[in-house]
Amino acid sequence: MADFNQFTFKDHVRESLIFNRRLMVAIAVVSILTLLLLGRLFQLQVINYNHYTTLSEKNRVNIVPIAPTRGLIYDRNGVLIAQNVPSFILEVVAEHVDDMEQTLSELKSLVALSDNELKSFKRQLKRKRAFVSIPLRYRLTDEEVARVSVNFYRLPGINIKAELARHYPIGKLMAHVAGYVGRISERDLRRLNQSEYSASSYIGKVGIEKSYENLLHGKVGFQRVETNANGRILKVLERTLPIPGKTLYLNVDANLQAVAEKAFGDDNGAVVALDPSTGAVLALASIPSYDPNIFVQGLDSETFKILRKSPSRPLFNRAVQGQYPPGSTIKPLLGLAGLELDEARAHDSIICRGWYMLDDDIDQRRYRDWKREGHGSTDLTEAITESCDVYFYDLAYRLGIDRIHQYLSAFGLGKNTGIDIEGELNGIIPSKDWKRRNYNEIWYPGETLINGIGQGYMLSTPLQLASITATLSRYGKRMKPLLLHSIQDPKDKSLQLIQPQTLPSVHMIDSSHWGTVLRAMKRVVHSARGTARGISHGLTYQMAGKTGTAQVFGIKEGERYEESEIKKKLHDHALFIAYAPIKEPKIAVAIIVENGGGGGSVAAPIARKVIDYYLLGKTHEPVPAS
Amino acid sequence: MSPSQLASSGFAEERRLGASGKFLLRLHIDAPLLIGLFLLASIGLVVLYSAGNQELGLLIRQCVRLLLGFLVMLAIAQIQPPTLAFWSPWIFALALIMLIAVLLLGEVGKGAQRWLNLGLFRFQPSEIMKIAVPMMIAWFLADCALPPKKLRLFTCSLILIVPTLLVAKQPDLGTALLIASSGVFALFLAGIRWWIIGFVTIAFASSIPFVWNLLHDYQRQRVLTFLNPESDPLGSGYHIIQSTIAIGSGGVYGKGWLNGTQSHLDFLPERSTDFIFAVLSEEFGLIGILLLFSVYLFITARGLVIAAQAQDTYARLLAGSLTLTFFVYIFVNIGMVTGLLPVVGVPLPLVSYGGTSLVTIMAGFGILMSIKTHRKLVAG
Repeated sequence: MADFNQFTFKDHVRESLIFNRRLMVAIAVVSILTLLLLGRLFQLQVINYNHYTTLSEKNRVNIVPIAPTRGLIYDRNGVLIAQNVPSFILEVVAEHVDDMEQTLSELKSLVALSDNELKSFKRQLKRKRAFVSIPLRYRLTDEEVARVSVNFYRLPGINIKAELARHYPIGKLMAHVAGYVGRISERDLRRLNQSEYSASSYIGKVGIEKSYENLLHGKVGFQRVETNANGRILKVLERTLPIPGKTLYLNVDANLQAVAEKAFGDDNGAVVALDPSTGAVLALASIPSYDPNIFVQGLDSETFKILRKSPSRPLFNRAVQGQYPPGSTIKPLLGLAGLELDEARAHDSIICRGWYMLDDDIDQRRYRDWKREGHGSTDLTEAITESCDVYFYDLAYRLGIDRIHQYLSAFGLGKNTGIDIEGELNGIIPSKDWKRRNYNEIWYPGETLINGIGQGYMLSTPLQLASITATLSRYGKRMKPLLLHSIQDPKDKSLQLIQPQTLPSVHMIDSSHWGTVLRAMKRVVHSARGTARGISHGLTYQMAGKTGTAQVFGIKEGERYEESEIKKKLHDHALFIAYAPIKEPKIAVAIIVENGGGGGSVAAPIARKVIDYYLLGKTHEPVPAS
Repeated sequence: MSPSQLASSGFAEERRLGASGKFLLRLHIDAPLLIGLFLLASIGLVVLYSAGNQELGLLIRQCVRLLLGFLVMLAIAQIQPPTLAFWSPWIFALALIMLIAVLLLGEVGKGAQRWLNLGLFRFQPSEIMKIAVPMMIAWFLADCALPPKKLRLFTCSLILIVPTLLVAKQPDLGTALLIASSGVFALFLAGIRWWIIGFVTIAFASSIPFVWNLLHDYQRQRVLTFLNPESDPLGSGYHIIQSTIAIGSGGVYGKGWLNGTQSHLDFLPERSTDFIFAVLSEEFGLIGILLLFSVYLFITARGLVIAAQAQDTYARLLAGSLTLTFFVYIFVNIGMVTGLLPVVGVPLPLVSYGGTSLVTIMAGFGILMSIKTHRKLVAG
């Protein structure tokens, strides 16, 4: 570079001249642009100063967002599950209040203010940003609204805001399906579109309210308003209306749900009913439930603590989050696996003497059947009908845990069903590999036996059990359980149906195996030796089912116990799965009664009531309104 | 004073230096530029304290960035201009490779793909381009007779256009604009003919419909909103409406420090970053603005003096282009905040909160200082 300059020394001078001339042009342009900016600033700050001061200080022509009306939720028959009711809030803008103490004492003479409300108000007062209004009292009565309104003139900074608050008319009954909305929290604010929620005070926290938040919420509108110095709206200049949220129709039948809940009596547990052909969730109840309305306005920490700490755990959604040992309810699946892999034949029998022992077991451990004296000669049909444990110990041992894992997984166990509410748990279907990963231990043959009757590591949710029942009833065709039935536009009433979603089917090489197992399930209810024969009395349709009992604590080898001697908390969980009618099944049910005892005596009668109501409309329980 | 007089006065100035001046010269620091930058940073921190809701942590983080920026400036000032020239093509090539890498495997932030994760830290190659492009053009034109001939011009326009398009595709219009202008300034100062400038301007204007089709939705939205802010008062028009209200209501004297209602009532979005000029205008009024302008103009003028006094073509073109680009930052930012230009996301240099562009700007000043203080005493 330096060399080059030596050769063209004259150019160097010329170039410097060109450069300097161009620099002058640049300086001129910089000056012009600077003057342009200054001119613009002069225009804004000097010429139009009054205009902008008016905008910013006095008139405050504000853009006020308008909250959209939240979509309603109905059940499949049009029973209202969630609605919006008007509610008035007393608000304070601290910057406009001259003397806070005096204002508060004056307010006390107009409306009832609890110490809790005052405490929470003062706490928010310390943390808030400037000119933001703080709620002092929610849910003013009409009379209180009137009393405060006539005194507005001497209470600067006090405002009454009207809003629509969420209300659940049949609250407790649908709490675990619909969920609830709550005040938007700091955490919600961080993840949502803030301008979309600028006028909203509520957001779905649990259940349908959460999973379909984007449909229910609607689109924000805005209005340009003129407000006075106290921030009160004087005039609306222009308005763009918000678009209300969509109306949702659920597959759930509130009456069916009420029948199921009532059938539980004082027991806790869960019931899930599905339409096998569509996957529609007809009922999904977790008992006990809670009143979702108390969450809407925000509840004090004490009430929440009581709810959280209650031993019956009302907030816990047993239907999708409760993981229970499936017990004998998985025996039909094991039977199918056995037939398919030729480890069992329909008419081959074993002899059940009331216990089973592994050939090479040094400890000589006896795995007991629930029936002490044994079932005698038992084939697959009898083993399912009478729920013979020994038959399935033997079958499980021959199948091995990994093949069991493979077959049960094909039915969707061990994996969430994908139902359209959050928080669903997966359950566990163990395998050798699973145990190595989770316990870093090898698999013992004895564990195969225990898991072969749905105990041990094996866990599943009531929803999963209902789903496998539906799958069985349709010879392996699987549907995703869905709560949402249709979406309706609140304006033009156009209805958009949610299409059923199929899942990968369970294939059997020999489809006659389905018949073998399903016929046995029918005998569970209809034969004289079936474990659920108790509910067959007066049955006008045909039902197939399977009972189950899930041990809550281990009984030592060879030990016997009397149920009444053990505390209720340690009783076995009672399970029952069923579908009906056998030809063209319309409903598949899974029921778990916590610490209920026997599946046939406790859980099956509940299923009978649920299915009776659904197929025959036998018991017309009116939906309780709160 | 004409530029040629300026050029010769450079030597006289050095002869007049006192003891402290000589110390600064040994550190390769240009005292007037340093004073200007210090003033600017101080103004920035005062405004940021108010804009950031008086949060001390924010202020401390900005101080750390400023310190880092000054250190980068100091380090680059130690490098001799010929060394800079020697490395120019390599830096450009490296920056270009990284830009392509960003497109292929960069991280996405705020809807745009700008970051390259180098394991230890994340990195925005488009920032380097702001300096690499004028360096490359200056180096490429340094050893030819000026004004450049057609073939050179063509190569130069490639050097300019390729990185600009790569950055615009990320999409980052603000940075693309700054890269393009830094290159254009280098070419302009190299003396390309006026008829070429005229031709390119016309060609550019007629290509606008095609460019429109290539823009992202949100970029189009910005342009549309700029033309009619009222069309979307809650969305993208909100920025411009609220910032003009903030500026206008500041008046001549301002509402006073920490008293801006627009800023503190949350009307003003992005108030500590791109829209910080509105906070200054609201709280300090036209007087505050004039103070800020005089510091900016002083720095710009000093940069142009350094360019005029530079000893060779490379240093001249680079210094001139970096200084003018610095002015473009100011003009585009204030232009967009006052509603003269569309919102393109260019920070107000050394005042806006944020680190990446600050370091690049300080690196640019490091180059200016290097050019100013590494002078060969040519006999004669």
